[in-house]
Amino acid sequence: MTGATTTARSTVIRRSRRRSGKHAFLFLAPFFVLFLAFTIAPIVYSGFLSLFTQKSSGLGLGGTARVFSGLANYARALQDQAFLAGFVNIAVYCLFYIPVMIGLSLVVALLLDSAAARAKSFFRLAFYMPNIVPGLIAAVIWVYLYTPGVSPLVDVFESTGAGWDMGSHLAALLSLSNITIWLHTGYNVILFYAALQAVPQEVLEAATVDGAGPIRTAFAIKARMIMGAVSVATLFTVVGAMQLFAEPLLLKSRATSIDSTWTPNMFIYQTAFDKHDFGYAAATALIFAVFIGALSWGVTKFGSKVES
Amino acid sequence: MSPLTTQPATTGTPALPAPLPPAGAPKRRQTRSGWSSKLAVNIMLGLFCLYTLLPLTWLIVASTKNTSDLYGTSGFSFAEFNLIENLIQLFTWENGTFLRWMANTAAYAGLGACASVAVSFLAGHAFDKFDFPGKERWFGFVLVGVLVPAAVTTMPLYLLASNLGLVNNFWGVFLPQIASPFGVYLARMFSASYVPKEIIEAARLDGAGEFRAFLTIAAPLMKPGIVTLFLMTFSAIWNNFFLPLVMLSDTNLFPAALGIYSWHGRTLADPEYAQLVVTGALVTIIPVIILFISLQRFWKAGIGSGALK
Repeated sequence: MTGATTTARSTVIRRSRRRSGKHAFLFLAPFFVLFLAFTIAPIVYSGFLSLFTQKSSGLGLGGTARVFSGLANYARALQDQAFLAGFVNIAVYCLFYIPVMIGLSLVVALLLDSAAARAKSFFRLAFYMPNIVPGLIAAVIWVYLYTPGVSPLVDVFESTGAGWDMGSHLAALLSLSNITIWLHTGYNVILFYAALQAVPQEVLEAATVDGAGPIRTAFAIKARMIMGAVSVATLFTVVGAMQLFAEPLLLKSRATSIDSTWTPNMFIYQTAFDKHDFGYAAATALIFAVFIGALSWGVTKFGSKVES
Repeated sequence: MSPLTTQPATTGTPALPAPLPPAGAPKRRQTRSGWSSKLAVNIMLGLFCLYTLLPLTWLIVASTKNTSDLYGTSGFSFAEFNLIENLIQLFTWENGTFLRWMANTAAYAGLGACASVAVSFLAGHAFDKFDFPGKERWFGFVLVGVLVPAAVTTMPLYLLASNLGLVNNFWGVFLPQIASPFGVYLARMFSASYVPKEIIEAARLDGAGEFRAFLTIAAPLMKPGIVTLFLMTFSAIWNNFFLPLVMLSDTNLFPAALGIYSWHGRTLADPEYAQLVVTGALVTIIPVIILFISLQRFWKAGIGSGALK
């Protein structure tokens, strides 16, 4: 390469660097404008709104007046049993839902990865299907399948002699978990299956040579080698479960132990739309946002530690 | 396999010390466990498959029944075949409002995902291929955005929108779902792994404008990533029930899922709505099932990258 073209090249590159700033701005503007308008601005506005309470004036005729109340809404939220109960409900739900869902996903993924499995492509597609169904429609379908008379599943259940009582806490927990397990297990199967494809063949061959049978290889070696993927999926499932809304909303007409403030999102929704207490809704929404943000930050930190 | 699927955290795990072999030939072991274990594995997979497909099967059977059979006959056996009548009723109900909901869904999820993908890949390209002051700080800002799920900003968004009079408006549901910090993060990763910097430099030497280089050189190379992100965003908008529920009260603007929810709320008072709900639910998910089946090689390859944010 001659010196002339080198200088020409570096001039072009230098010029393109300088132009880069302008272009970067044009390329980034659509994202940042939308992000500021629809994520940052609402949060800032809610922060402002959360410092006020609505006071109905005197006779209740003149509408409501907005009164500055400082951090009173936050203090109220942190002592509000109904708001805090939502977090407890989710915690109890997670204790059941997550081990079952993740455990089932892992077992099915290992089965799918085993040499004996046939029709893998079909199975993967079939397992993924529920993930396509919106949570709300899945809940509609399952509510029918929980209805005595319509559903053969209830008949089968009752033939065992047990009563079908959707009103109990246990029934609410189980019927809700079944919907979310149905929705999300397949996705995690595909995810774990993808992780299993990356387990080095030599390791598996070594195990076989050493006399480990297929079941032992699956649980002692394959499952351990994808533990990183399993932990990350578990933690993301927790973050997702915290935001539960559509499924319990639909189920509460049937499972009566689910009330209208059963999850934090349901509580916030009710505060804003049934009680029109916008200041309080804003405060609880922000507390919830900070909680979820901190949780996902911890998850990401933990996830990258597992990955490296 | 795409470069992004190779990450799953296997690298750092130390290889386990091999258990001591009980002297036995592995070959024999395999034949002994032979067909019976093969059968067992496939039966278990079949049972799980039954679980995933059972509710959808019920939905198909139920949508062929009239209202009295829906409640009066067993869920998985066919009764009088009424699918055509049900479909006619569904599409003509309240002057064809369901067709409108389907069109709205296509707009919110389909066009919304296209717009979101365009915005994300523009930004991802800029973060990967351009030098500009404060680049990593801006990217850090995007990463913070990833931590805040859209569900928790929905209520703040409603409060702001209601103050500005933007509630009950198509754009109030369409626009907020376009900027996706996770999409930008993923687009930057795709750009880094699919588009070599030298190609863009060469295009610059040839005098191509930055936008042209992005559109004609970078974008085609990132096609698998673009489709993957499209499917993920489509799914996210399609599954987002909270935002339209909060923002919309005009039924003309409803996406299909919200419309079906509103019908479901009326079934207690008027059982006739039950059939609309069932047939509507089936018709709503069929186009999406077709979309995902036809693009399955993309999500099957991309799913590993999607979950490991």
